[in-house]
Amino acid sequence: MPQEYKLLLKNADEPGYSNDIECYERNGGYQAFRKVLAIKTAKDSNNKEITPQAQLRTSVLDSGLRGRGGAGFSCGLKWSFIRHPNPKPVYLICNADESEPGTFKDKQIIYKDPHQLIEGMIISCWANHVNLAYIYIRGEFTEGAKILNQALQEARKKGYLGKDIFDSGYDLDIHVHRGAGAYICGEETGLIESLEGKRAYPRIKPPYFPAALGLYMCPTIVNNVETLCNIKHIVEMGAEAFAKLGTPNNTGTRLVSLSGDVKQPGYFEIETGKVTLGELINEPVFGGGLRDGNKLQAIIPGGSSSKVLRAGETFSIEDKEIDLLDIPYDFDTLMKIGTMSGSGAIIVIDDSRDIIECLANLAEFYAHESCGQCTPCREGSLWMNKALHRLTHGEGRKEDAEYLKHIAHNIQGRTICAFGEACAWPVLSFVDKFKDKFEEKVSA
Amino acid sequence: MAGEIKTEKPPAVETITVKVDGKEIDVPKLTPNWQNNLVPTTVLQACEHAGIEIPHYCYHPKLPVAGNCRMCLVHVGMPGRPGPDGKPPMNEDGSLKIDPMVLPYERSTPKGVIGCATDLIPGMEIYASSPETKEMREAVLESLLINHPLDCTICDQAGECKLQEYSVEHGQSESQFAEYKVHKPKAVDLGPRIMLDAERCVLCTRCIRFSKDIANDDALGIVNRGSYNTIATFLDTPFDNNYTLNTADICPVGALTSKDFRFQMRVWFLKETKSLCTDCGTGCNTVIGSRENTMYRYEPRENDAVNGPWMCDSGRLNYKWIGSENRLSQVQGASGWATAITEISGKLEEAAPRSVAIIGGARQTNEELYLLKRLAEKFEAITDSVPRTGKGDRLLSHTDKNPNSTGSRLIGITDERPGSRIADIVAGIEDGTIKTLIVFGDDVTKAGISETLLDKLELLVVSDILPNNTTSKAHYLLPGCAHAEKRGTFTNIKGRVQKFMKALEAPGDARPEWEFLHELIENTTGQNGFSTIEGLFNQMANEVEAFKAKNLTWSALGDTGVTVEI
Repeated sequence: MPQEYKLLLKNADEPGYSNDIECYERNGGYQAFRKVLAIKTAKDSNNKEITPQAQLRTSVLDSGLRGRGGAGFSCGLKWSFIRHPNPKPVYLICNADESEPGTFKDKQIIYKDPHQLIEGMIISCWANHVNLAYIYIRGEFTEGAKILNQALQEARKKGYLGKDIFDSGYDLDIHVHRGAGAYICGEETGLIESLEGKRAYPRIKPPYFPAALGLYMCPTIVNNVETLCNIKHIVEMGAEAFAKLGTPNNTGTRLVSLSGDVKQPGYFEIETGKVTLGELINEPVFGGGLRDGNKLQAIIPGGSSSKVLRAGETFSIEDKEIDLLDIPYDFDTLMKIGTMSGSGAIIVIDDSRDIIECLANLAEFYAHESCGQCTPCREGSLWMNKALHRLTHGEGRKEDAEYLKHIAHNIQGRTICAFGEACAWPVLSFVDKFKDKFEEKVSA
Repeated sequence: MAGEIKTEKPPAVETITVKVDGKEIDVPKLTPNWQNNLVPTTVLQACEHAGIEIPHYCYHPKLPVAGNCRMCLVHVGMPGRPGPDGKPPMNEDGSLKIDPMVLPYERSTPKGVIGCATDLIPGMEIYASSPETKEMREAVLESLLINHPLDCTICDQAGECKLQEYSVEHGQSESQFAEYKVHKPKAVDLGPRIMLDAERCVLCTRCIRFSKDIANDDALGIVNRGSYNTIATFLDTPFDNNYTLNTADICPVGALTSKDFRFQMRVWFLKETKSLCTDCGTGCNTVIGSRENTMYRYEPRENDAVNGPWMCDSGRLNYKWIGSENRLSQVQGASGWATAITEISGKLEEAAPRSVAIIGGARQTNEELYLLKRLAEKFEAITDSVPRTGKGDRLLSHTDKNPNSTGSRLIGITDERPGSRIADIVAGIEDGTIKTLIVFGDDVTKAGISETLLDKLELLVVSDILPNNTTSKAHYLLPGCAHAEKRGTFTNIKGRVQKFMKALEAPGDARPEWEFLHELIENTTGQNGFSTIEGLFNQMANEVEAFKAKNLTWSALGDTGVTVEI
């Protein structure tokens, strides 16, 4: 029987668990950082000294932790892009902009267990010689921002933030910065611009890779809330034990946000790759199946920008024919079948839905959220939205499927940031997989 | 070895070899950026070296790179990542293996890079004219046009519009667009001199970057989101610095237009003449746009030694006087040029030494001031110019509002302090030692030589282009030319000797001052000067020390001038 595996959410939903610092410490909180402080300088085979910070960074790399924000990029590798010692201050930003439609996992931690995030951040900052960090939280999380500020205040009072934290000689402060309600602020360079007080226009890369020219043109690490929380557990468990969770190259757990046409929408924590899409949708401990009488039509497996999967699809992976519902929920398998696990948000669509309406809804979101900086996305996102709404309003043409692909094709890979893909992929995949439905729209 | 003469070789420019459209080319490894710092050469610049233009909207060599228009997307081939041995993948023949770039998640689809912000890598192949690149351009252009109003017939930019040009060179004849266009504000009064048509805007942000990074006025920004993005000022604060009109120049489309020029003339009717701005001592290089003897506009002409590609608004709009109805167009005091020159010559010949004073305005050309100086030498005349000062700034506008103060000093009309000899002239007129005053291009009543004093003179010869208190007192009034109506040179505040060309015919009987000065000198000194501006300049350059030191000749000045020691 597939089960939840509670690592990050071990405490959050326990009865009586509250989000104050005392409760967190009663449950073993802030011990991981004390453990970190005990790391001694080591020597490598050439008798060269390895700092405790470098040891911790190596252990994060060894843990195989991959970013939980969407791209699934190796966290340890991302950290390794920062040179140490660095002539400029290094910044760390926690991306708490959680704005990918369908995603509501970081919210659980922020609201219910904020100190877990703060401890994860303290450890990560220490490992990367960061003395000032920010939590960029989406504007809609008004309560979340309050909770985080309250938690930061508690930590400061205890001497866990500020000067000489934990009497270690190390200084660190963390500030909360609230966004103003734009999806693009979740894109790391857009976020940095917004944090600097500017319009959240993503930066061109090259040259503005955050690791080199990030916040205030200084080296900057941007990590997702869930990613940073995992750091604490890597310290607690050790990298080796952490790497045993999940499956090879897809280590640890994942917080999955399940929404749409299931009986029990909600968030679940699973060992990465140990649970299949079908189990997540149908098992009583997870989604509990579709509403009675309805059949599965499609799955959007990793947030609204991931490519859609159609019910009944089969995939051949390493010469094995695998049904859609038997796909293990991890990074690599979903990539192999042409989509992604993105932010861990699964949107289930049953056969009572008009699939073109679903796509039109997504297109409207992307047209509204395109920052408008670069041409293909600015013009293309609204163009697709208009075309799709024409289709859903009885004015479809037989060439519209190809027409939509033409527009989407002109966006993907040609924009400043990944928003181009985010708005093009739904259209490209819906057209590919539901061409018959587009044809029905024309005759209707 | 001691005593041996070392020949210093100029430092060799480090180059990098890339392929553009299959042809190998060596290009400099580094290129100056908008701040004149050396930075790695880009794909776009390499193509420029290869003689291939990569179309672009947002990129401007004198502005920070934005990378937003995507028009310069080019398909390129890159060397592979180095393997464990540290060496990049090689072909069987031992040459570097180059792979055309593809989308990481869809390896059958080529991936472009933006030419404006992609640094060269040794061995890189740039497929500047490939079908893949062409397809990317067409797509971007199509996107830019879907919401564009296509109102070229009434658009001032038509004829010098990058949307039009690229549509012809890189576009498709048809768009698939079948939806309603986005509508945005039109005829938005951005400030006193700039009008915005938001529907024509391609959101390249050149205007925003210019205003923020060049004019130091963070006045423009973007409001709204996505396709509804619109250029705006903060809460409708007027866009009103002294450089706003440059945004109309760099706007690649007809979104920002000059209120002064809009709806005045189709640009293809304009005759373009290389000229200079006369608003201050900076001497910004300009192009005069004129048609049928009417001047319609100034545009800055790029000269990195002086103004870059910019000019200030006050200078740009300081041309209306040229076509003024009040222009002096008749010789006064005699029946015409011939009698006037003969009579003045005759009177001057009778003048005693040191009884003549000459005011040569620092708005006259080097050549004219040189001829006035020669006249002064003949009569041992005291000379000066009237200084004019005003507000300047740190960018281009100078506090010296005369265009040729430096020339006036180098030629010897003034000393280090222009206007310092005027008191002597006043005293001379008062005590009767100065009986003749020759004034070119200045209203001396504003500089301390009152009208009562002018009444005391036996002979007052004035040349000017517009009436003033001095011209009304003249015994002989000789109508001169605006700079736009003649050729000549000015020496700017930093010693740049620059020439300007003739765009317009002068009104009535007005003639270039150097022409009739030449006649006066011939009559009074018997020396024949040069009757062409080229010869006159060369003669002057041979006599004025600062010019001679640089071996100046008319032709050596070129279009952008030569800097002399001041």
